[in-house]
Amino acid sequence: MAPVLEVSGLSTVFHTRRGLVRAVQDVSFSVNAGETLAIVGESGCGKTITALSLMRLIPQPPGEIASGSVKVDGVDLLQLDEASMRKMRGSKIAMIFQEPMTALNPLITVGKQIAEMVTLHDGASRQVARDRAIEMLHLVRIPEPARRAREYPHQMSGGMRQRAMIAMALACKPKVLVADEPTTALDVTIQAQILDLIGDLQREFGTAVVLITHDLGVVAETAQRVVVMYAGRKVEEASVEDLFANPLHPYPRGLLASIPRVGSARGLDVSPDERLQEISGMVPALNNLPQGCAFAPRCSQADAKCHAQVPPFELKQHDHFAACWQA
Amino acid sequence: MTMEQTPLVEVTALRKFFPIKKGLLRRTIGNVRAVDGVSFSINAGETLGLVGESGCGKSTVGRVVLRLIEPSAGSIKIKGADITGLKRQDLRPLRRQMQIVFQDPFSSLNPRIRVGDIVGEPLKVHNVGDKKDRADRVAQLFQRVGLRPDQMNNYPHQFSGGQRQRVSIARALALDPGFIVADEPVSALDVSIQAQVINLLMDLQRERQLSYLFISHNLAVVEHISHRVAVMYLGRIVEYADKTSLFAKPLHPYTEALLAAVPLPDPSLKRTKHRVEGDVPSPINPPSGCHFHPRCPYAEPRCKVEAPVLRDVAPGRQVACHLR
Amino acid sequence: MTTNVNTMKFSFMDNVLYQAKRYPLGVAGAIIMTVFVFAALFATTVAPLDPFSTNAKASLAKPGGVFLMGADMMGRDVFSRLIHGARVSLAVALGATCIGSGFGAVIGLACGYIGGWFDLLVQRVTEVMQALPLLVMALVITASLGPSLPNTIIAIAIPLIPTVSRVVRSNVLSLREMPYVEAAKAIGMSEWRIAAIHVLPNTLAPLIVLATAQLGSTILTEASLSFLGLGVPEPYPSWGRMLSESAAEYVRTAPWLVIFPGLAISLVVFGSNLLGDALRDALDPRQRD
Repeated sequence: MAPVLEVSGLSTVFHTRRGLVRAVQDVSFSVNAGETLAIVGESGCGKTITALSLMRLIPQPPGEIASGSVKVDGVDLLQLDEASMRKMRGSKIAMIFQEPMTALNPLITVGKQIAEMVTLHDGASRQVARDRAIEMLHLVRIPEPARRAREYPHQMSGGMRQRAMIAMALACKPKVLVADEPTTALDVTIQAQILDLIGDLQREFGTAVVLITHDLGVVAETAQRVVVMYAGRKVEEASVEDLFANPLHPYPRGLLASIPRVGSARGLDVSPDERLQEISGMVPALNNLPQGCAFAPRCSQADAKCHAQVPPFELKQHDHFAACWQA
Repeated sequence: MTMEQTPLVEVTALRKFFPIKKGLLRRTIGNVRAVDGVSFSINAGETLGLVGESGCGKSTVGRVVLRLIEPSAGSIKIKGADITGLKRQDLRPLRRQMQIVFQDPFSSLNPRIRVGDIVGEPLKVHNVGDKKDRADRVAQLFQRVGLRPDQMNNYPHQFSGGQRQRVSIARALALDPGFIVADEPVSALDVSIQAQVINLLMDLQRERQLSYLFISHNLAVVEHISHRVAVMYLGRIVEYADKTSLFAKPLHPYTEALLAAVPLPDPSLKRTKHRVEGDVPSPINPPSGCHFHPRCPYAEPRCKVEAPVLRDVAPGRQVACHLR
Repeated sequence: MTTNVNTMKFSFMDNVLYQAKRYPLGVAGAIIMTVFVFAALFATTVAPLDPFSTNAKASLAKPGGVFLMGADMMGRDVFSRLIHGARVSLAVALGATCIGSGFGAVIGLACGYIGGWFDLLVQRVTEVMQALPLLVMALVITASLGPSLPNTIIAIAIPLIPTVSRVVRSNVLSLREMPYVEAAKAIGMSEWRIAAIHVLPNTLAPLIVLATAQLGSTILTEASLSFLGLGVPEPYPSWGRMLSESAAEYVRTAPWLVIFPGLAISLVVFGSNLLGDALRDALDPRQRD
């Protein structure tokens, strides 16, 4: 089966006063229909810029997609003119954001916003579009969808708004859904509801999902494949089982060791004195990256080669890739 | 738990209502019942974790305990002394014993003041030593929290989030307090930085016999750092227990739901999905009876009418539920 | 994010030069303002001719020769009058802005801190004051006080108070909720000290922008008042009156009488705005590296 989304060699840079910021460097991945690929990393690792690059929503200038291709069903989005790209957004590739208020227009009712999307892309009549909006709200399990469709975004709770945004994103049944930290602003009980919802809708529509998150728990529960990014580059890629069981790169290994876990996950007798493993230092500035491996200054295993040369991203084990001289 | 000693902090039946005012004459038309009868105690060297979702009143509790916000009712005792009715001036010397660390490492430091002066501010306010002594003390504090003393002349914006949180911690430690309210101190930090700050807080606790009221929505972090845990829902504590038994077997349906909702970083665990439905109701007009009944899978008719009291179910373990 | 910043120390001059490089427009503003202030301070030495001496022969002389910018109907040198006029204009602008901003800041701070019925009352009064345009209020005040330099300053300062106090008040209200203010309370800092150390300095940025923007509008108000004959009385030359005396009659026959005072007003307004914008940025430590 050919992947629905194929990203290869994507590089995005920002021309700033502080010099050239290489936000995303040579990132490639592909996602099949119905599959979820998670991109994990900390702030500044380039995961959100990757997501925005897929949608071609990078502000230009100062940003620029320097090279690469983003193919949805074989069509390279980066080669399209702005008008054709606009048609692709929503119908073929859609995005949901961390803060739904930024994506929803506060002056238009939720139902109307979804209906507009349908009219725009499917050319449906107003009545059809309206019915479809209510149907979508029902699908994202908003109670009393007909009444809720007439509400403005600010009248809804955070969880409801996120549902409405998902309804809007999926209204035209896009092939690819890019979800940028969709549950970070939500409480845990609501987060669980939203993640379940995305999963269910994905199964129903066969959507390929790119999930951007910093939460390894969310990754473990929702994704099939994982890409770990650090300082703008991919450092590891594997199936979710492989990555959590056997991380090859010291960065994801350190991350997994540094997070506290709720007791049920690892036997119960957790003494409060047990120290968490730390990753010393901090994320480097993207305009001032170290010469070799960007993680080398924080890595306990780094040797002279690590500090001198950027390690290639290569196959290390069966279907398990990493960029590390030591792995 | 050592029950015979006087707890360092003792809070009884604490209430905080925020009036909702409307109209030209600012008439009170209702109350946000942010904190509605909360009691707990913290011993020296102990961490009490306070968990709950947004709007449950946990941050308000932290501020009321320090009297940064005035309580509507109830009492707060520090080392056995009631501070609830103290006047501002009389409260000032007690401020040396209790401090706070905030969530947002950006807005918790004044952008126009050098970090060395920020950390030295408490010493200056309480007239500790002369200028030289204070500078030495600040340098020591910097070292202790993992910052270089030569960074004292920098401004907050020159630091990363994790470093700023270290500055906040140094400020809180400056007067050598016994009790620190930590309000979501790691929630705004990156995962790899969280561990650094949690370890620092725990090391400091061991060194100085610190007591923490650790407020967080992150159950994993609370489990790691706390000795005892209180779970809040809409202004009330619904479960209060030592850490091990709470996480081993949550008794209140809400605690159970919270734990079930936390995504675990282990794909090999295939868990049965216990999801609670619906949103957290508004604290302006909370549901009758047990506040959790509209979302509770086990709710019975009496839950709708009768509010359960927090009662002992085992030694050191309390639950507010009719069914447990 | 800037991390691992080196901790080199910079001297004051280094910083000034550095800022100058970053804000070339600010430097332009500073130069314009310096020139005008210099001209105003040393008007008697700088001005080539006596601004008051009339000369019937030179009536409406064209620019050039002795009269750099021409002469007015009474044969007085426009250039010299402009230089002396800078005194009046700048005195009024700086005086009114300082008095207006000072009182406004104090009232705004008091409203933000005391709150309650005091705030309610002051807010309603300022709303009434804001309902009247700056010029109309200044007109009413000068008309009742009588024209003189101090009265002009007061007349222009009072209408500035509401705007400033509202900006400061709203800033105070939001700053009081900042965690760093809470932290200051938690260490037992007195409210006065919190206001002085944490709240006031952080309202400075919007205050400076507002004040410099108003510097321009006060010059315009002064010009308008003088234009209407309610400003600084004769024989002191004021830019506004120089314009008013000549605008209607001579704009066609002797345009220099209109162009040069107009240019002076525009230049000062422009310069003060440029300087204000740059100052706001330069005073913020977040912008300093």
